[in-house]
Amino acid sequence: MDRQYEVIVAGFGGQGVMSMGQLLAYAGMLEGLQVTWMPSYGPEQRGGTANCTVILSPRTIGSPVVEHPAALVAMNRPSLDKFEDRVAKGGLLVVNSTLAGRSVGRQDVRVLDIPATTIAGEIGNERVANMVALGALLESAPLVRADSVVESLRKALPPHRHNLIPLNQEALRRGMDLARNGPPLKAH
Amino acid sequence: MEELVLMKGNEAVGEAAIRAGCRFFFGYPITPQNEIPEYMSHRLPAVGGVFVQAESEVAAINMVYGAAAAGVRVMTSSSSPGISLKQEGISYLAGSELPALVVNIMRGGPGLGTIQPAQSDYFQAVKGGGHGDYRLLVYAPSTVQEMVDLTGLAMDRADHYRNPVLILGDGLLGQMMEPVHLPPLSRPEDLPEKPWATSGRRGGPRRVINSLYLQAEACEEHNRRLQAKYREMEAVEQRWDSDWAEDAEVLVVAYGTVARICRTALQDLRRRGLAAGMFRPITLWPFPVPALEQLLKRGRIRAVLVVEMSAGQMVEDVRSVVCGRVPVAFYGRTGGVVPSPEEIGERVRAVFGGGTDNAGCL
Repeated sequence: MDRQYEVIVAGFGGQGVMSMGQLLAYAGMLEGLQVTWMPSYGPEQRGGTANCTVILSPRTIGSPVVEHPAALVAMNRPSLDKFEDRVAKGGLLVVNSTLAGRSVGRQDVRVLDIPATTIAGEIGNERVANMVALGALLESAPLVRADSVVESLRKALPPHRHNLIPLNQEALRRGMDLARNGPPLKAH
Repeated sequence: MEELVLMKGNEAVGEAAIRAGCRFFFGYPITPQNEIPEYMSHRLPAVGGVFVQAESEVAAINMVYGAAAAGVRVMTSSSSPGISLKQEGISYLAGSELPALVVNIMRGGPGLGTIQPAQSDYFQAVKGGGHGDYRLLVYAPSTVQEMVDLTGLAMDRADHYRNPVLILGDGLLGQMMEPVHLPPLSRPEDLPEKPWATSGRRGGPRRVINSLYLQAEACEEHNRRLQAKYREMEAVEQRWDSDWAEDAEVLVVAYGTVARICRTALQDLRRRGLAAGMFRPITLWPFPVPALEQLLKRGRIRAVLVVEMSAGQMVEDVRSVVCGRVPVAFYGRTGGVVPSPEEIGERVRAVFGGGTDNAGCL
């Protein structure tokens, strides 16, 4: 990584957007990068939207607040509606197409439509949709290695939850495969 | 050096306090600092410490008074409205010369305000807050690592001066996660003894801790002693940081979270060839007057811009240092709104263009 990279991860409360952002930050730290993870902490309620901003950088990070992130992971429709316009020109949008209910309107960004929730259901648990989306993000942007994310899971999860790691690994792999092989990146 | 850990600012303050030998926490919940008591509630019992969720902020600060008088390292934390409730106790701590750590993770006010980050308790922190002529050492961290480092320092300085010390953070700093190096765990029994503490007479002389001096002359004498201590703090404890200040024509002054947002804005302006720099007070009291003075004396600075998440509080201290030599502009956001690097950059450019208006609350 030779420059700062910012990602906003957004979705419903319960979709694991906060933990996905934390894993990304943790993995960045393990790779020796500077990282910040900043949550939204408004008066949220169950079923409402949640989001966090993750910054990875080879250098000291200034503002943890980002107006125009290089990437957005939108896990549902309200998140796409809220953040689509803020993504930097030429940036990346990873959209959970299972729940987005619409395609991206902008022509000046890369878009990756990933049916994350559907795929997570197929492999056994819809709750790993966040890892499917993270896999797609990692395949398409030069952030951290997938094995650093798995290492982070090992460190962040309590030992009695380590039985969940294979499922998370599988979700990550499926997301990477999808980003690599199709559906193809829409060339706007 | 110990392993890096990824921590929220709030948790980092708690862990750093424990590692500095603090084993007593008394508090009452309020957003956005709840991770501090939450963390202390499970971590303190694990190291033989005491965590009490008091019935109110007033009760909590008076429990702090009691523990501090008994000679142990003790802390409390809250956010703006809760810190207001603690002001009477803080004044008593200062008057009785008791060391304690108070952490304010600021949110927007006045009143109940909002739970989003703000810096509008600057006046309360550095100009008094409670009654009487007292001062707190006030530290303003701007990274999670600084939360750790300044918490350890605060514990230390509090004991050294027998004075309460305040860490002034904000909701953003409390909630965000960054990697930190933690210092080793110190054991309370290894800390220097406090010969003044009311920890049991055991046949020794009677010790009294109190802030009451009914005779005017005696009370004035007490005030003289306190003031001498504050002068010593002013001489010894000032801390600050600066970026690109050496050749700056426009100097931005900001602290805490806002300083790092300014840093991003300034990086961008530097790339565009604008000679803008930053001065960041780390101690808000004592305010680093001579350091700022020195930058101004070099004569390169044409204007100063103060940026705060308030309607303009620290700007008063900056104006009193600048003393009319160059224009001082102000930019503030209030009520929990965090300014973006872009809007700060625009303000700095406006100051370069000769604009020195006070674009206060937008």
